Amino acid sequence: MAGYQDYLLHLADNALILGQRNAEWCGHGPVIEEDLALANNALDLIGQARLLYQHVATVRKDGKSSEDLLAFFRDVPDFKNYTLLELPHSTAILPTARGDRDYAVTVARNFLYSALMVQVWAALTASNDAQLAAIASKSLKEAQYHLRHAHDWVLRLGDGTEESRRRMQAAFDYLMPFTQEFWTPSAAESAAVKTGAGVDVNRFRAEWEATVADTLQAATLKLPSSKGFVTTGKHGVHSEHLGFVLAEMQSLARAHPEAVW
Amino acid sequence: MSTTALKDWPLWEVFVRSKQGLEHKHCGSLHASDAQHALQMARDVYTRRQEGVSIWVVPSRAITASAPEDKDAMFDPAADKIYRHPTFYDIPEEVGHM
Repeated sequence: MAGYQDYLLHLADNALILGQRNAEWCGHGPVIEEDLALANNALDLIGQARLLYQHVATVRKDGKSSEDLLAFFRDVPDFKNYTLLELPHSTAILPTARGDRDYAVTVARNFLYSALMVQVWAALTASNDAQLAAIASKSLKEAQYHLRHAHDWVLRLGDGTEESRRRMQAAFDYLMPFTQEFWTPSAAESAAVKTGAGVDVNRFRAEWEATVADTLQAATLKLPSSKGFVTTGKHGVHSEHLGFVLAEMQSLARAHPEAVW
Repeated sequence: MSTTALKDWPLWEVFVRSKQGLEHKHCGSLHASDAQHALQMARDVYTRRQEGVSIWVVPSRAITASAPEDKDAMFDPAADKIYRHPTFYDIPEEVGHM
């Protein structure tokens, strides 16, 4: 059963880490409407993570696990999110998230991830795990909106000014190789597919690639190669960036364990 | 950055219809690059607390407004014509709600 927990944690960690990253824009958005839109997106994702962590805690039946424990008291190797989702909002290789945030990277990543998740959540509504199916049908609506929001910005910035086009292209050039991780199943994913609780992400590959190709073409952008090193975040082997994300996200909960307010 | 956007993006008036309400009510305005963009931003700015089931956005420049200084001439003449209120008529039962 440890395998199935890891599958749920993979879904939950994806949502939490991207939610935490997108929340970094709170108070720093390019315009106030986008600031709110990104905060909404982050809260949707963190809400998905909460439901999934609560489900893991129930599945574990150890009486100790809770959403807070799973979010705040696990370390880097315990997190099963895609490496794509922990990267800073920047195309430069920087050691922290404090570099110049680039909205093009935010938009490109949200587009690449939500284009996958609309498929994943739609399929998971038929999961034989009724709780996961219920979480999926709630998350599907959120992912559909996230995709629309990101998609429209890819078009606007890609087919926008010379500067916005250059940055949008650079964002996709930088991020595309990280999407290879989607298509290399982990042991937890394969096990969950076998039991009928999970879905095989590779089923959606052709449609995802078509969505990405069509959108980039409409945005007058070049489809970059996704070749290169295949990252391993979902196996718990992460980039150097996740540690910084966790340090910021977890420090308060760890300094005051079980604090309530 | 935001000042550029505010200069380049036109202003839109946002109207939201609530679950109970039959009409769209004006709830504010925002800057957006086009109508679809304005709709999305209105969703994020004005319906976060389940305020609405439908949104209209209208370019602010499409609205022709009465001038505040015309207020007296426009509206005061109606003040002493209470007979225009339908409270002076008996409405037959079978007409129902009007």
